[in-house]
Amino acid sequence: MSERPNTTTSTAGDAEDDPAADPEAGTATETDGGTTAEAGTGTTTEAEVEAEAEAADATPTTGAEPAADPSTETDPNEEAEPSEPGERPPIETGSESIARALEGAGVEHVFGVQGGAIMPVYDGLYDSALTHVTMAHEQGAAHAADAYGQVTGTPGVCMATSGPGATNLVTGIADADMDSDPLLALTGQVPTEFVGNDAFQETDTVGVTRPITKTNYFANDSDTVGDTVGEAFALAESGRQGPTLVDLPKDVSVGETDREPAEPELPQYYEVPEEADTTAVEAAARALARAERPLILSGGGVTKGEASPELRAFATEQEIPVVTTMPGIGTFPEDHDLCLSWAGMHGTGYANMAISHTDCLLAVGTRFDDRLTGGIETFAPDAEVIHVDVDPAEISKNVHADHPLVGDAGAVLDQLAGAMDAAFDAEGSSPEAYTAWREQCQEWRGEYPMDYPTPDDTPLKPQFVVEAMCEACPEDTIVTSGVGQHQMWASQYWTFRHPRTWISSHGLGTMGYGLPSAIGAKVAAPDREVVCFDGDGSFLMTSQGLSVAVRENLDLTVVVLNNEAIGMVRQWQDAFFERRRMASEYPWLPDFAKLAEAFGAKGLTLREYDDVADTLQEAREYDGPAVVDAHIDPAENVYPMVASGGDNARFALSEDQL
Amino acid sequence: MSSDHAEDSDAGTGANGRHEQGLDGPRPEDRERPQGRRSSQGIRIDPQAEAEHAPRRTAISALVANDPGVLATVTGLVSRRQFNIESLTVGPTTNPETSRITLVIEEPDPGIRQVETQLEKLVPVISVRELGSDAIQRELVICKVHGEEPEKVQAITEMYDGRTLDAGPRTITVEIVGDEGKIDDAIDAYRQFGIRELARTGGTALARGEEWTTDAEEERYERLVNGTRTGAETGTKTGTRTRTNGAADD
Repeated sequence: MSERPNTTTSTAGDAEDDPAADPEAGTATETDGGTTAEAGTGTTTEAEVEAEAEAADATPTTGAEPAADPSTETDPNEEAEPSEPGERPPIETGSESIARALEGAGVEHVFGVQGGAIMPVYDGLYDSALTHVTMAHEQGAAHAADAYGQVTGTPGVCMATSGPGATNLVTGIADADMDSDPLLALTGQVPTEFVGNDAFQETDTVGVTRPITKTNYFANDSDTVGDTVGEAFALAESGRQGPTLVDLPKDVSVGETDREPAEPELPQYYEVPEEADTTAVEAAARALARAERPLILSGGGVTKGEASPELRAFATEQEIPVVTTMPGIGTFPEDHDLCLSWAGMHGTGYANMAISHTDCLLAVGTRFDDRLTGGIETFAPDAEVIHVDVDPAEISKNVHADHPLVGDAGAVLDQLAGAMDAAFDAEGSSPEAYTAWREQCQEWRGEYPMDYPTPDDTPLKPQFVVEAMCEACPEDTIVTSGVGQHQMWASQYWTFRHPRTWISSHGLGTMGYGLPSAIGAKVAAPDREVVCFDGDGSFLMTSQGLSVAVRENLDLTVVVLNNEAIGMVRQWQDAFFERRRMASEYPWLPDFAKLAEAFGAKGLTLREYDDVADTLQEAREYDGPAVVDAHIDPAENVYPMVASGGDNARFALSEDQL
Repeated sequence: MSSDHAEDSDAGTGANGRHEQGLDGPRPEDRERPQGRRSSQGIRIDPQAEAEHAPRRTAISALVANDPGVLATVTGLVSRRQFNIESLTVGPTTNPETSRITLVIEEPDPGIRQVETQLEKLVPVISVRELGSDAIQRELVICKVHGEEPEKVQAITEMYDGRTLDAGPRTITVEIVGDEGKIDDAIDAYRQFGIRELARTGGTALARGEEWTTDAEEERYERLVNGTRTGAETGTKTGTRTRTNGAADD
């Protein structure tokens, strides 16, 4: 530790001051927005912040840093700002080094909430090119950064103070971990000399987040803290993506240093596999060539590895049908003849029939989650499995891989594509089998249509709302969701055509993910339409985020599919708990339209089929956040459904089949 | 997708008069089912191949960076993934920047592969290897027995090549070094006197002969001796050949 307690910014003094200061700062709610805006850390528009920064510091702060230029693209207001290349003011503290490291990594936006121990780190952002989005709750900051990372492909950054700030991030970090989303979390920590004393707002953040991060760091040196942040960022982005965290004790952030952070480097022993073993690729190609019922299973790793073009090319060239996992939605266009949509617990009947009957499954970037496989004994039981994954630990973890191909998804698919001709020659295959299999898949598509009845004498069907919105929105619309029935309807009935258009909480299943992720997505892609399908239960968990959407004037549309219940639980209670609806029905909900109006957003209520198109249109056209409270048929449930641990081929089409 | 579907609404009528739920299609029992099956380990059951793997005991050596929290990271992984672990020991290596963690686990083959790959995935873990059955494996036990029959205790201690560390009127404390089975046997032998307390280290191990315990150490050695390739070329071969030397220890 380079800093002694009695330097200019006394760490001991700070710690004493904290208890007084923190009740406001640590639990900062939206009322603090004004304060933080004055502090210049970006609660208002970027232009205003820039202007303030300019006024505060005569030296132009934007310079030759790569981060400065992209940031001007995201906000036309900034074009007026001078961005002369030139000398950056020298670094004086650890926190400035942190900001410089983030800029150097290309970070443009940071999502977070202020607080005692993180204050110095925020202070380091004051003169930086970074735009800070103040969130109403740290969980929202983590989800917003997570979604930002999913839309951009580079780590989203969130920050929070020690103790409750850090623990509030935990859900979002765990979510990113389960879905391999690139995320960097920065947390304040009590000064090093107080660590272990159960100091005010002290939590062992490194200990708490150890099992839910790729790796995490306790920064202990102001000189190297920038390097540590750079390494954490690089690590979150590389190989199998995921969350990393740097815990930043207050004395390290305020500590003096003049060291510029070095170029971000990966840890010395961290290896990212590229191409797979050639012999293994050839063997896999022969397995595909020999197969009569080949199927591609495209997972979230295809999105993360930017391998959607390679996957499309391979599938269409070889004419092999494609099913996706839920996180893999959009990696293959859902309106393509070869696409059977997604498989698993609530996947389409035809996808589940195909995956149950395939004799050779080319699985790319998937971890064979139990919601996909159902009971492992009956998962693709006839299939020789080719498993392409960048993470060797996924090979044969849940489903045995007959042909493990460890490498980058795109690179391995290219290798496979190159090996197919020779494989077909070697196996002497004829195309007839493939053709018959494709016809069989089409037959299943006809047998198990995703058609739902819309009787006039019952309330609005949620599927209808989703399809109406999908028809109205442009192709590149980003759809986010909470978790539950609405999530299933959104993913079943929206037609996704591109990767990174479906942003959801898959592995962790975090209710409340929808609105904060829509905020993150809109900040990442301000020119694209963002729609959040939420459930009433999910929306209630994070609706405070509306204040952020209003403040930032984010033009996004939230459609609450309101059935006055946490419907998925109720569906299971009806099916498996003899309709004993314990704690699942929410007849006490607020009026979401009025709630939206109270936040300053547009609030609309939807009940009738005849109003669907107009109401959705009005919400979309509103310049700013709009919430549609769509009262849907509370009796509607999600089908098809594979019972937990069940056989994918025995999906139920209605409750009596469960 | 339109309200014209109203006429189709009778389809999918569920139980208990709940209306208009569900989708059309053949019922589960009417569908064609695939013939195959997988084992609980996710392995396709092939009549020609063995489908289930029985657990076996083995030692895994992990070279780790001396980062703070690395032990917690490794033990956290073991507990979270429910690996069946017999013992775990940590200690320094020739390189002051690294430590060796030796895990003795009992898992079927797929489980052993998972332990290896999951360990390897941890960022502070540099190199991981399962040691062969010929690896040199030792643990130590300190055993405190009742001291009423010192000669008999001494006789057992000698039989197991142990040493007496402390002897008093009421207690005798001995140490035994050996592989797991030898220690188990020695403890059984001491039971006749009544064991007051014992402390056991768990296994630590090295690969036998010229074979390297982890790849990273081999690479480092080669770097240090500047391009000498002897270790890499002869390692595995001489490893088995020199077996007799080491086996004499047992």
